[in-house]
Amino acid sequence: MSGDGCVAIASDTRLGQQYQTIAMDVPRMFKMHDRLFLGLTGLYTDTQTLYNLFKFKLSMYKMREGREISPETFANLVSSTLYEKRFGPYFTEPIVVGLDKDNKPYLCGMDLLGALACEPDFVTLGTSTEMLLGACETFYRENMNEDQLFEVVSQTLMMATDRDCLSGWGGVVHIISKEGITTKTIKTRQD
Amino acid sequence: MNIDLSEALDTKYGRSGLSCEVGPDAVELGEEHVLTIPNVPRPDKFLSDSFKGQEAEVLKFAHGTTTLAFVFKHGIIAAVDSRASMGVYIGSGTVKKIIEINPFLLGTMAGGAADCSFWERDLGRQCRLFELRNKERISVAAASKLLVNSVSRFRGMGLSMGTMIMGWDKTGPALFYVDNDGTRLKGNLFSVGSGSTFAMGVLDIGYKYDLSVEEACELGRRSIYHATHRDGASGGIINIYHVGEDGWTKISSEDSAQKHYQYKAESTEQASAPMVTS
Repeated sequence: MSGDGCVAIASDTRLGQQYQTIAMDVPRMFKMHDRLFLGLTGLYTDTQTLYNLFKFKLSMYKMREGREISPETFANLVSSTLYEKRFGPYFTEPIVVGLDKDNKPYLCGMDLLGALACEPDFVTLGTSTEMLLGACETFYRENMNEDQLFEVVSQTLMMATDRDCLSGWGGVVHIISKEGITTKTIKTRQD
Repeated sequence: MNIDLSEALDTKYGRSGLSCEVGPDAVELGEEHVLTIPNVPRPDKFLSDSFKGQEAEVLKFAHGTTTLAFVFKHGIIAAVDSRASMGVYIGSGTVKKIIEINPFLLGTMAGGAADCSFWERDLGRQCRLFELRNKERISVAAASKLLVNSVSRFRGMGLSMGTMIMGWDKTGPALFYVDNDGTRLKGNLFSVGSGSTFAMGVLDIGYKYDLSVEEACELGRRSIYHATHRDGASGGIINIYHVGEDGWTKISSEDSAQKHYQYKAESTEQASAPMVTS
């Protein structure tokens, strides 16, 4: 979710097989560089594979270009990487979140084949995506500061996961601003 | 009862799909109520044929559950969660899954919420009639048999219930497991629902016949708590009932989220206490 010169990404921390909870300390968000995060929902093996793949690709990019990748370019890289596996896709839906060179928030979701959906305000993906969307629609305001953004994002996450059997068991919120990254964990229900 | 029920069952079997012959379109329940049966050759397939694809949504209300009950020295403990899930969506977090059939009989609810509440209410009616006719309370064995007979009439027609009927009668505490297949089992310890395996793991470790009432309640509570923690389809409030000689009493109703942090605080307290070596 975007704010004024800042952007937040949040996820729950449950890892489960169907209804069986396997672990409760598994956030699905990865820091790609100081102003860019990648969120990967879905099958966890693909989450790990893709994270390693993009970490590698970004190192190569940085070496070749001598600078960090912009969020928009990265989103396109993720998209085209996913489409390479059009007929045997990775079972994961990524979110790319970051600040561009003018400190403008960039957020973009995509499906498992790489169809980009860039939004100015918020993007939701995962098992409780519809419920998240409803909560976002209700609570989102333009140009929120970091604290307001954190409040809205964490309340939204908790509202949605409390109505979803398959998510919850803790949450993590990262806020990216030009000063740096703030990470907060949220205490939630454990059922 | 005017209608021969064997006919209702006949509609299930022995009719070809081409036959236009139809069975009775209602089954009587008591004096006034009737349960209508679709007037089609295969009433048991009516719902699934009519709602192909959507069936899961319509029929799977309150499928995820953890319920347990066990007999011990001082009676019976029943413990349940309170989550009603429709697929992965949590429809409600505050469902009463222990049904008070009468002051001496309890039923638990797993499977279809509507099926369980309806048939256990109907069981209450039948038990009351028995009492009026025979001037004595019905035994738990007989009550559970009444329920099995009720659901067996609709076997294969999509009823979904896994229930435990418990109470105190002339013979002392009694506990029965009854489900929609017509299974009826007497036993000392049952756990039913999607979280039952998790609950059973805790319950089996802690179970002894000689438990005190407080210990037994806490065992039930812990078992349900662990199930709500690991099972996505269980959660919400943990309800505990005790059945004793004078009927059932409600012991507690606690939020499993609060229980989690309470148990966690207790276990870290123990861990940080100095180790005693003998």
